[in-house]
Amino acid sequence: MKKLSLRSAGLGLAAPVGALIFALLLCALILVITGHSPVEVVDQMVKSVQRPRTVANSLNSATTYYLSAVAVAIGFKMRLFNIGVDGQYRLAAMMAAAVGGASFMGSLPSFLRILMTIVVAMLVGAVWAGIAGFLKVTRGVSEVISTIMLNAIATAVVAYLLNPARLAVSVAGSNNIGTAPITEGGQVPGFDYPGSSSKIFGLIFLAVLVGFLYWFMLNRTRFGFDLKATGLSESAAVASGVNVKKMIVASMLLSGGAAGLVGIPQLLGASHSYALDFPSGLGFTGIAIALLGRNHPVGMAFAALLWGFLDQASNVLDISGVPKEIVVIMQGVIVLSVVIAYELVRRYRLRLEQREVGKALGTTKTPAEVSA
Amino acid sequence: MELKGITKRFPGVVANSDINVGVRSGTVHALVGENGAGKSTLMKILYGMQRPDEGTISVNGGLVDFTTPADAIAAGIGMVHQHFMLADNFTVLENVVLGTEPKAGMGLDFKAARAKIKDISARYGLGVDPDRLVDELGVGERQRVEILKVLYRGAKILILDEPTAVLVPQEVDELFGNLRELKAEGLTILFISHKLDEVLSVADDITVVRRGTTVASVVPGEVTARQLAELMVGSALPVPELRESTVTETPVLEVRDLKVTSSDGRTVLENLSFTIHAGEVLGIAGVEGNGQAELVEALMGIRPLSAGHISLSGKDINKLNTRKRRDAGMAYIPEDRHRQGLLLEATLWENRILGHQTKAPNVRGPLINRKGARADTERIVADYDVRTPGIEVAIASLSGGNQQKLIIGREMTGDPVVLIASHPTRGVDVGAQAAIWEHIRRARAEKLAVLMISADLDELIGMSDRLSVILRGKLVAEYDPNSVTPEELGSAMTGAGDKTL
Repeated sequence: MKKLSLRSAGLGLAAPVGALIFALLLCALILVITGHSPVEVVDQMVKSVQRPRTVANSLNSATTYYLSAVAVAIGFKMRLFNIGVDGQYRLAAMMAAAVGGASFMGSLPSFLRILMTIVVAMLVGAVWAGIAGFLKVTRGVSEVISTIMLNAIATAVVAYLLNPARLAVSVAGSNNIGTAPITEGGQVPGFDYPGSSSKIFGLIFLAVLVGFLYWFMLNRTRFGFDLKATGLSESAAVASGVNVKKMIVASMLLSGGAAGLVGIPQLLGASHSYALDFPSGLGFTGIAIALLGRNHPVGMAFAALLWGFLDQASNVLDISGVPKEIVVIMQGVIVLSVVIAYELVRRYRLRLEQREVGKALGTTKTPAEVSA
Repeated sequence: MELKGITKRFPGVVANSDINVGVRSGTVHALVGENGAGKSTLMKILYGMQRPDEGTISVNGGLVDFTTPADAIAAGIGMVHQHFMLADNFTVLENVVLGTEPKAGMGLDFKAARAKIKDISARYGLGVDPDRLVDELGVGERQRVEILKVLYRGAKILILDEPTAVLVPQEVDELFGNLRELKAEGLTILFISHKLDEVLSVADDITVVRRGTTVASVVPGEVTARQLAELMVGSALPVPELRESTVTETPVLEVRDLKVTSSDGRTVLENLSFTIHAGEVLGIAGVEGNGQAELVEALMGIRPLSAGHISLSGKDINKLNTRKRRDAGMAYIPEDRHRQGLLLEATLWENRILGHQTKAPNVRGPLINRKGARADTERIVADYDVRTPGIEVAIASLSGGNQQKLIIGREMTGDPVVLIASHPTRGVDVGAQAAIWEHIRRARAEKLAVLMISADLDELIGMSDRLSVILRGKLVAEYDPNSVTPEELGSAMTGAGDKTL
């Protein structure tokens, strides 16, 4: 059996590595066709990774991407497609920013302020995702459709609330408007990274904690078992006594809660207020990273880091005359090839295991034995 | 059409071995056999969905080799599936041309298709209106649309997979009328069924399949339904039997006036009442699709009741959900272990937890006790003789019999009071079958109330203390297994019996 699990682990690694190599070759081909030197591009990217600023920024991007991926993965594990992480985190970040920047917070201890801001973000995200879960179990509305629509509604709600007459104030010296800035006591300080002007988000630890909790929930709790069982086979889960409707609502709430955290490292670590220029679209990146990392807590961490680095590298490419869109192509190709490679490996593995077990037992029957 | 020496192996099992069938052109040929006898595999081979490992197929004297259904269609073979494959929001015409749309330049030439459908419909007396929405059609009409669909594609040989399973008796008569007309027009029909009375009334030749191989070819005039049932059931199996009676007077599972309605509004179970006592096995005999699956799901709380009461050890459990019923001591061996009993891609020990997510040693409070679950899986593997190289392999890699033994081991753990066993030995080899029977005997000796549903009449007669027959959602007859014969039971099951019900 040891041999089997070793081979199985090797196969698990073969899929992403093979897919990455394939994606890189394909990108090289595209570069050659568009008249750029792949060698030079690689050279540029390698150089950029050595720059401290790129490292710090990549880590920061990866932090938000990872949180977003975990939110998506919680749904994926149950075969629920929470496309609405984007709307959930934007609405959550704005509400959290409004609470965190509110004047009454000034008198509270720093720890409590930060905690309250985070809790508000999680609650808002959970409620927003919960609407989709509720609609699914009561009215049978596909969560794909409802979360996409909720994204649009979130955009409108944020636009409505982000108005000087309501939650927003003008940002000094610009046309921008945003929520009242969170004062120092409500912020989470970052770490200096030698040689880099940008700091590393202090809440990178929040992402690590969320990753750990995600792993623990899936592998160590009854709830996680029910969740995985429902994802693997809904009919078997029902027969085993899982209340699928309850699980749908619970996992949407959890997914939304995690989604609520996506904007928090940026909010408390750098922006300090939710303004018109707050990063958007992170929810969709999360889907790609969850796919790339196969919903695995560690896999998604690597995927988030890769993604973060590619994002940063695109800036460097632009400077050296290579269109930075090449990075977007690269990301797309990586996701597609990884998804395909995983499915191939999964099927191959199952067949291989079946054969190995048959061999180990020597029980593959001859026709005579079966018809006897 | 002629099949010679067809053999098909799947990992661990042989689904078909040395199948020989000769179908005369222009006849209705019936293929009969129990569930799991290998009919469906054979059918898939005929229709190009699977390739045989050995053997040859010839059509009109020429050897053929199908790799996809398209090859089979090209050779003039058409399949009418048991479950209709029609788009409800399309008209009959649109459904029929779907996939082979007649093109006229850039557009579609519906006119020619409509004329062709009307022509086929009239020629074979199918009475299908091409412009009606499929949504508005009844089950019998939908089936005729399916038949028309394959005729439209030029099929000369029609395979009908259990076509009567979804029909009411009048519709069955209509279908048989259609089949006779198709035959009169020179088409060949391969009719797959296990309803013997129907087979005898419509077929010209009958081939019996048992345990993956053809055991007899007979002509309806020369056999009775009883003889056919004997051929189908066979007698080569290890004999299931119970030892001394362990039946007590304590009622454990009581079911009163159960009524269940399916999602499309049909009544699938009605006025169903029975009591099972501690230490008693109640066997339910019946042809597949007469309400057995619904009964089991209603008992387990998976399917809602329309009326009636279920009580367990004197307590009403109508309101309890599946998990609470399991916690109250209801053990469940589902009829389709792949769909309801297992997480195929999960390991053995994870599957040991399934259905027992609330019980020690699998859990400790809200947490999974991996160590406890693993240790207990090792115990089940040893006690129930589950042949596996370890408990960390995916359960999908074990044979059906070993999967089933793990399920039984898991369900017998945790002091159950009721065991609901739905087709406990379906699709398992002879060795596992004997072992599973032994476990059921042990459960009975431990004073469990056992409800056993099976299609294997010998198993039912041998393993039951009491036997009921279910037909169209009702319990229609009760027998003493000590005196009943498989033939009598078979007759009652198909409603063809001379016994007044």
